[in-house]
Amino acid sequence: MVLQEKAGRTAAAPAGVVILRGAVQVVGELLITAGIILLLFVAWQLWWTNVESDARQSEVIKEFAQDLGGAAPAAPAAPEGSAPSAGEDFGEPVVSAAPGHAGTIGIMYIPRFGANYTRPIVEGTTSDVLDTLGLGHYGTTAMPGAVGNFAVAGHRQTHGAVLDNIHTLVPGDKIYVQTKDGYYVYVFRNNQIVMPSRTDVLEPVPTLPGTVPTERYLTMTSCNPRFGAEERIIAYSLLDSWRPASAGPPAEIADQVAAAIGKG
Amino acid sequence: MYGWIFRHLPGPLWLRIVTSLVLVAAALVLMVQFLFPWMSEYTQFTDSTIGSASQ
Repeated sequence: MVLQEKAGRTAAAPAGVVILRGAVQVVGELLITAGIILLLFVAWQLWWTNVESDARQSEVIKEFAQDLGGAAPAAPAAPEGSAPSAGEDFGEPVVSAAPGHAGTIGIMYIPRFGANYTRPIVEGTTSDVLDTLGLGHYGTTAMPGAVGNFAVAGHRQTHGAVLDNIHTLVPGDKIYVQTKDGYYVYVFRNNQIVMPSRTDVLEPVPTLPGTVPTERYLTMTSCNPRFGAEERIIAYSLLDSWRPASAGPPAEIADQVAAAIGKG
Repeated sequence: MYGWIFRHLPGPLWLRIVTSLVLVAAALVLMVQFLFPWMSEYTQFTDSTIGSASQ
């Protein structure tokens, strides 16, 4: 190469060759640059989006805790129904109206995913919600505690990877949803892997369109396989019990609630 | 191309090195802030929702 270059120079290469050589060099550098940018994009998506989302989600939880701190002592326990709910004596679960788009519904605690697993549940399933704010509630589905299907989506990888360990849930695992009204305890039942077009998993009775629901479901959707999106992994849970906010958090997650709310 | 840019930066060698580092950092910030979020809209690696209506 060096010899060739020297030879070229001494022989005073014609202008066309010089221009061509420069053009080839620029194209080569641009291709290398494009390769580096693509590698950086992978690093950004697999690592940096998690850093960003984790920080943003802690903020959302902090804001929720602050709102809760202001509202909880003032608001008296909602009027309780007479029908007893499974295992607890707090009556029918209180069902709130859904907040506006990107409004915080509450916090989800899943001890199976680790003692520190506290993720915000936010209204909406558009990328602005799912990419930064946490679990996104499908606006067409029920709210926590309602008869029907409370469905949320979350990223398996990237953007906080909120449902990364969804495949590790074991039937019987508790999933806690804290809202301003109280604590909804769901019990995980099963996973299902479906194609992305299977909107029937969001039906009031999952996968059974047109059926009138009698149970209170929690459905979580995430992508499958872990680093792909060809399929969706679904996790179904059923409401087991509920406690109004005035009754305090369930003993199993009292420490986590204190840690999450204490941040505010 | 990069050699040409480096030769045409003003100042002594150390200043040109500093300037090029700043330029690289600026390019990184622009990519993270604008380019990568835009690119991720067109990749489907992380889509976690059901159905197309919600997208």
